[in-house]
Amino acid sequence: MSTVAAPRTPARPARPARRGINWEKWGWMYMRISGVVLVVLIFGHLFVNLMIGHGVKAIDFAFVAGKLANPFWQVWDTLMLWLALIHGANGMRTITNDYVSSVAWGRVLRGAIAFAAIALIVLGTLVIYTFDPCPNVPADQISLLPSFCRA
Amino acid sequence: MAKTATPSAVQAFTIQLIVSRFNPETDEESRWESFDVEVFSTDRVLDALHKIKWEQDGSLTFRRSCAHGVCGSDAMRINGRNRLACKTLIKDLDITKPIYVEAIKGLPLEKDLIVDMEPFFAAYREVKPFLIANSKPEKGKERLQSIENREIFDDTTKCILCAACTTSCPVFWTDGQYFGPAAIVNAHRFIFDSRDDSAKERLEILNDKEGVWRCRTTFNCSEACPRGIQVTQAISEVKAAVLRGRP
Repeated sequence: MSTVAAPRTPARPARPARRGINWEKWGWMYMRISGVVLVVLIFGHLFVNLMIGHGVKAIDFAFVAGKLANPFWQVWDTLMLWLALIHGANGMRTITNDYVSSVAWGRVLRGAIAFAAIALIVLGTLVIYTFDPCPNVPADQISLLPSFCRA
Repeated sequence: MAKTATPSAVQAFTIQLIVSRFNPETDEESRWESFDVEVFSTDRVLDALHKIKWEQDGSLTFRRSCAHGVCGSDAMRINGRNRLACKTLIKDLDITKPIYVEAIKGLPLEKDLIVDMEPFFAAYREVKPFLIANSKPEKGKERLQSIENREIFDDTTKCILCAACTTSCPVFWTDGQYFGPAAIVNAHRFIFDSRDDSAKERLEILNDKEGVWRCRTTFNCSEACPRGIQVTQAISEVKAAVLRGRP
């Protein structure tokens, strides 16, 4: 008795071969990894801003300027900005893939999502690294600046 | 079982069944049609459909074959949930309200409760749902497998290809390009089979834009499966295997 040969019924024509990087796989991985990192970053951010010290009442120009003058918080905020915006934009992209049946509308919406994400990332990064914590202000407002500006 | 009821003691009651009808020769859209059917508490939705077809309207069209939950022919949407009509007892539904029965969604409607299953089976065929082995078993012997190795894919061998899972999946509803839960379940059955040698090929097929990555883990498929297969878990195991590059 010999073994039965594999079925010879022709399968549906193969899907066109993929070229380059498999973006769906990496997008899926990115969502999981960035999600875990963002949980730490966002809750750390909320805890430092709202819980410790004087709590939410401590937040004013001096508080934010003081944080953005610190390289540690610059890196923290940059990571949060990039990871969260790409995470959100990729989520919006999958929603358009799932719900928008028109090819043209899909392209328009995905283009708008990409544009919004890139613009916000560029502007946000620019703010983090070019922010001046000690601007020239009238003398009566110097008390609003971080303490190190008066030194 | 202390009491045994005599057949005459079984009370019949009347239910209202609202069935989605579609005649491709006259209708543009499907429409609802109401039937009053006298049933017993031991009857299933399939029995009620039979009574309509045999006693009230012979033109009612639906698929069924074995009528005992094995052939997977009579998956339909009953009160908004995908079930097998032959496994759904009428007494388990809320009979104070009408029972709505319609065809499964996401596949081309052909007539009344019958859809074109071809796109579903095309995706099924694409994952090569058959044993591909490079070696030959010893003469006169079978391919042996340990109980532990068999256990890994035991759940996914239960599939009867009724399409209840695939047609409950909101991602499949969008454009029907997604392979769908059933195809992935049947790929899982061979990917994790120690006797099979083509797991890599199947993983590559499912590592596609329309493959496992479109699963959003909404669990509709696991809830719909009349065989109780943990479909979402099987899909997640295939995702993990794609990332590993091996079962």
